[in-house]
Amino acid sequence: MRKRSLFFAVLALGAVWELLALMINKPILPSLTLVLKEFVLEFPGELGRHFLASAWRVIASMFFSIALAAPAGLVLGQYASLDRIFSPVIYLLYPVPKVVLVPVVILFLGINDLSKIVIIFLILFFQILVLVRDQAATIRPELLYSVRSIGAGRRALFRYVYWPASLPAVLTALRQSIGTAVAVLYVVELIATQRGLGYYIYLQGSTLFDYPKMYAGVLAMSLMGLGLYFGTDVLHRKLCPWQFAHRSE
Amino acid sequence: MIDLQNVSFGYGRGKRIFEGFSWSAKRGEAWVVLGSSGCGKSTLLYLLAGLVHPEEGKVRVGDELLERPRPRTGLILQDYGLLPWATVQDNIALGLRVRQFYGPDGRHAPRDEKTPQINEKVEEWLEQLGLQEVAASYPGQISGGQRQRAAIGRTLALNPDLLLMDEPFASLDAPTREGLQRLTLRLNEESGLTTVVVTHSIEEAALLGRRVLVLGLPPNRTARVVKNLKEEQNAQDRAGLVERLRGMLESRE
Repeated sequence: MRKRSLFFAVLALGAVWELLALMINKPILPSLTLVLKEFVLEFPGELGRHFLASAWRVIASMFFSIALAAPAGLVLGQYASLDRIFSPVIYLLYPVPKVVLVPVVILFLGINDLSKIVIIFLILFFQILVLVRDQAATIRPELLYSVRSIGAGRRALFRYVYWPASLPAVLTALRQSIGTAVAVLYVVELIATQRGLGYYIYLQGSTLFDYPKMYAGVLAMSLMGLGLYFGTDVLHRKLCPWQFAHRSE
Repeated sequence: MIDLQNVSFGYGRGKRIFEGFSWSAKRGEAWVVLGSSGCGKSTLLYLLAGLVHPEEGKVRVGDELLERPRPRTGLILQDYGLLPWATVQDNIALGLRVRQFYGPDGRHAPRDEKTPQINEKVEEWLEQLGLQEVAASYPGQISGGQRQRAAIGRTLALNPDLLLMDEPFASLDAPTREGLQRLTLRLNEESGLTTVVVTHSIEEAALLGRRVLVLGLPPNRTARVVKNLKEEQNAQDRAGLVERLRGMLESRE
């Protein structure tokens, strides 16, 4: 995407916001300029602290889910016999909405960051696991034959074939689940915590009725999602350059 | 160099492709395996490469009983052989890197060979095969002929004594194909490399094979071999050989 078109999209969305704020003309939708002012004032202080707490939770979950799901997916994709044992379990667990497990996880792990990280981890874990497994299982046998024929055993196959072949799947899974991860982050931060953007937004909107601050929180959360999305995109381009190379002819 | 004794093989419970099949080839010979699709040509190559194993019988390559891919055997497939995520130079370096990864253990890499300077060796093959310009390109960005040359480079960089090729030129246009066919002949003649090329093209078999192994409908029980003498290598005599091969193929179907 071009930077210029992105810039115009931001301008257009801002204009729509201002227009709606003018038309509605009520405190529940303050003008964008007011929200931006509040954002700039609040971010170096309280809002920034909540932002960091949220960012840590979601980034830690992403890290742990990749660290565990990618190797597990690679192994399941490569060993059909293991996959036969685990795939019914994954099939049953995958569609379970993990967010309903929030109370259960809190009961087991306590009121702390860990329980929140685990919930988001559970969501990301299954998405990455399934995509990586399917990717690893679809590697053409001809490719494996030709790499085995030059001497590669299992370890070298992992290093030179399975891992790079699955990298795009890891990043795609990550990108697809960022939206869900941030949404769930909001939900888990409503419960039993006084830190995080979810808490901040809810507090400002439903207890203090400070709408400009609430919107500043919403903006911060959106920017976090956007930042993660961009970050994943950049990683994708950096780690998988062959997917972005075009034919020279 | 190659010795198959009473080899039987089939995939799963399906019909056997080889049954009590024996065949042998000497060092430095240029062989072509000819047959229509489904006759077991590729399977024969996979058996020789140590990628699949016979249910009965023995496969010997270079005096050793084959139990796993042998470091000195090079295999080139029609397509899909190159890593799509690696540049041409990284693809050519792949085999050398795999050898470095394991060290000279006799299993993944020849015990008696020191791993060469990878970059120099890769540079050498890029130059020999005229691939310098596309060295930093990915396989998806280059032509079929360049891809096939890169695959050949990757295999030859490992200094093989046996080269197995599965329909290596099938998807190429005529001039590219002829160029690579000449390269294959030269490799066999100049460096004494034993070559086994699998093809379904009778003309290619007549051109590339000093000896042609004709496979028919499975199960294959006997090796039917046609000699293609040096004296017959001009175009006119080749026409006669083509006719003979065609007759053999049709008689089996």
